Parts: sequence; C-alpha cells; structure tokens
Amino acid sequence: MSIFEFLLEPFDFVFMQRALAVTVVAAVVCAVLSCWLVLIGWSLMGDAVSHAVLPGVVLAYIVGIPFAVGAVLFGFLAVGLIGAVRDTSRVKEDAAIGIVFTTLFALGLVLISVTPSQTDLSHIIFGNLLGLSHQDLVQVLVLGAFTLGILLLKRRDFTLFAFDPTHAHAIGLNPRLLGAFLLGLLALTSVVALQAVGVVLVVAMLIIPGATAYLLTDRFGRMLLLAPAISAACAVVGLYASYYLDAASGGMVVLAQGTAFAVVYLFSPRHGLVATRLAASRRRRVAAGTALRPTP
Amino acid sequence: MTAAIDVDSISVHYGDVLALDQATLRLDKGKICGLVGMNGSGKSTLFKAIMGLVKPDAGTVTISGGPPSKARKSGVVSYVPQSEDVDWQFPLSVHDVVMMGRYGHMGFTRRPRRADRLAVAEALERVELTNFAQRQIGQLSGGQRKRAFVARGIAQGATTLLLDEPFAGVDKRSEATICTLLKELAADGATILVSTHDLHALPDLADEAVLLMRRVLMHGAPSKVLQPENLALAFGLDVMNRNGSPL
Repeated sequence: MSIFEFLLEPFDFVFMQRALAVTVVAAVVCAVLSCWLVLIGWSLMGDAVSHAVLPGVVLAYIVGIPFAVGAVLFGFLAVGLIGAVRDTSRVKEDAAIGIVFTTLFALGLVLISVTPSQTDLSHIIFGNLLGLSHQDLVQVLVLGAFTLGILLLKRRDFTLFAFDPTHAHAIGLNPRLLGAFLLGLLALTSVVALQAVGVVLVVAMLIIPGATAYLLTDRFGRMLLLAPAISAACAVVGLYASYYLDAASGGMVVLAQGTAFAVVYLFSPRHGLVATRLAASRRRRVAAGTALRPTP
Repeated sequence: MTAAIDVDSISVHYGDVLALDQATLRLDKGKICGLVGMNGSGKSTLFKAIMGLVKPDAGTVTISGGPPSKARKSGVVSYVPQSEDVDWQFPLSVHDVVMMGRYGHMGFTRRPRRADRLAVAEALERVELTNFAQRQIGQLSGGQRKRAFVARGIAQGATTLLLDEPFAGVDKRSEATICTLLKELAADGATILVSTHDLHALPDLADEAVLLMRRVLMHGAPSKVLQPENLALAFGLDVMNRNGSPL
C-alpha cells in the first residue's frame, strides 16, 4: 500500500470524513480557549464545566431544544454553585468544584439511564465520532465557528482579563462580565467537543494544547497559533491511529495530545526540561570556572 | 478648586472586620502623596475604594469632581499593582503590557491604530524602556517592571496614578529613577498616591504623607508626619525603639 493510499483510504467513508471535520473543529476551538484557561488557572474550572454540561445536554435532548442551550445553562449553574459553596461555607474551592461537578455529572448519568432514546445518549459520555449524523456535523460546525469567532474577536480583552483584571476594571471594563463570557464560551466549546471525544475527555482538549504551547513560546499571540495547530495535528494523527488500530477514536486523539505535550515538556528549546537542566549545569560550570580562575 | 482625589469619611467592612473607619483624604492635582501604615492598616482597601473595587458602607469617593465609575470610563485612573500580584511568567512583552493602557481608547476588538502605537512608543521612551519593548515581562529587573507598569498608565493618559508598594524588591538606583519619573509626571499635572514601607524615600519623593491606621491619623508634610512620635501611633512602639527615641 502506498503512502497516499494509506492516507486517503480512511476517507473513502463518509463517516470518516465527518469524524475528521468534527474532530479538527473541536480540537481547534478547544485549543484556542485552552490558551486562556491555563494562564488564568482555570483548568479545574474547565474540567468542572465540561462535565457539568451533561445533564443540560440530556435535558435539552428530552425537551427538544438545541444542546447548546442546555449546556450553557448548566455551565453557569455549575459555576454559580461552585462560587456559592466556596463563599458561604468553610469548604475550599477545589473541594467545591469537585462536589458540584461530580454531582451534576451524576445527575446527567441518571437522566441518561431513564431516558428512552433512539440515538444512544451514552455516546455523549465517550463520544461517537464514527456515528455522527449530518445534523451533528452542522451543529458542530456552526457552534465551532461562532465560538471561535467571538474568542478571536475579543482575544485582547480576554488576555487583559487573564493577565490583570484590576487594570481592566480601572479602565472602565467589566472583568466579571468578561469572565462570565469566557465561561459561557467554555460551555459552548464543551458541546462542540463532546461530539468528538465525549464529556470525559473534553477536559484534555481544553488543557493540553494551551499548556503545550505555553512551554514553546513567550508570546501570547504565538500561543494562539501554536495551540490549535498542535491540537489539530494530534486530532488527525489520533484519527488515523484509531482507524488502522481499530481503537477508540476519542481516546486516540487525547493520547496523541498527551504524547505531544510530553515531547514538548522534555525538548522545548527554552522551557523544556532538557534545555533548562543543561542551562543550569552550564551556569554552574561557568560559576565554578570563574571561581577557579586566578585573579590577575 | 476641586480635589483630584476626594475621599470623604468612607468606612469599609469585610464581614465583621472594619478595614477603613471614616477615612478622609483630599489630594490636589499635581501632588504626590505617600501612604504609610502597617500591614492591615487599610492601604490596599483605600486603593480599592478609590478605584471602585470595593463599595464603601458609608462616605463617598470623588475623582476629579465625579464618581469613580465616570473616572474609570474616561481612563484617568491607573493602578500599578504590587509585584506579587502579577504573573511574571505571563507570555506578554513589555510592549503588549503598555499597549493594554490604550484599550479604553480603542474599538470593540482593541485593534491598535497609529495613535495607540505612538502613545506606547512615547511612554516607553519616557520610562527608558524602549530597548526592552520586546522582552517578556518576567525578563525585566524589579525596577524595570515597575516602570513598565507606570508606562502603561502614561500610555493610557491617566491623571490619577495609584502605586501599591512600588519600591518593594527594587534596588536603590532604580528607586531613584522611579522617584524622578513620578516627580516629572506630577509636574505635568498627574496626581499620585504611593503606598510604601520605605520611609526614607518619602521626604524626597512626596509632597504630602498620610498616616493610615484604618482612619487617617495624620496628613501633612512628610517631614512632619514622619516624626518618630507620629510613626509610633501608626506602627506601635517598635519604630520608636529602632529610631533610638526614649520609650
């Protein structure tokens, strides 16, 4: 089999074409958002919101409204509850996050188990790339384009919010509103990505690309290019691997991202482990050298 | 004449804790005022109240004759944060940070125009960081970091500058540079409020000093306010001992 056949064969199938489109769109949108999440320190929040949207999605299915509506409602509900538990009890934030999102996730699981449906709702949990309908595809493309558009148009405000919310306030912007906006987009992004990798693994796509890009550059603008590029490449590699190894597609995509992170973590030119260790030992040698050199 | 900053007997509670108790402070345009007090004396709360980050339970804050919200909208207020409140690893260049001072003047997407780039270049020139514009902010020295944030306020066109502990972790030479810069800005009409533990620098830098201990204990010329017996009121007896004054 030639390399071209190897690369093209999977996409003879319509389901694989759809899978590719959805995975790449989800990977790109998640990756762009992840740049802010890792810098604000909202990785756990990403975890929480992406899980907490589950009951919202199931309820939206039951009522027959777009998934996005239910997801955003429950995303905000989760953030509100986390804030309430943190602020009105002696429980700390990480515990509040853990309590709220697992409870909402459990609610989602229970709702799925009691809801009769033609499409198997349990696909939401692990993703169902290979069984995407035309409608799913359209929903992902529209939501993905919308979310990505807003993120990029308001990127400077979000970066200001991430870096210095006090300054945002001082110049008359509303940092709370910006934060809420970002959380709303996080909920929408979760809907986009849960079609691709499922609720459980969405959080990987919301953290790993941003963290990987952060180790590669000191410029936020470049992070915004590197993160989606790496993420999309991993999505494609993961899909091929899943096709030829006949393995879970969502899992493969996330494994590819985790591998990319590991490589960058070790070998990034400036912030990688190898480079920082080498630089440290060079500094020690230089320091020792100057100490030993006789003074003229 | 309307005061540049007018804090009129404000009280602020955090739960049961009284952080500010009928604090009053009037600051005229073009003056530099040093804010002195112990940790927990309400310095940060006073800054927050002036910026409208906390709402006083009683009293009012007026900036250039209007409410703080109006002052923020018109971009006259700039805050230089304490070093430990800044993420120095954040992937932004000095230029990027100073450009954030212009956001209030920009459109929906904050796309910089010529005027914005000029303002940033001028501000960087003014604080002598032009050659460091493309450095990541964490790669600056302590004094340069402070100047970068002051440059953000200059680019913004702020007339009210609030500096929270600008001399912490800054060497003497950089401190002198910052003091000179602040005095120039005040001469141009900026009103500057500086909280500091560095009492030695104050008489040279500030026109006025304020002793804070939840209330404004004293407000006047630095040489007078910083007398050991006055400091003893604000800091307890430690300072008096250290200065060799009799107990």
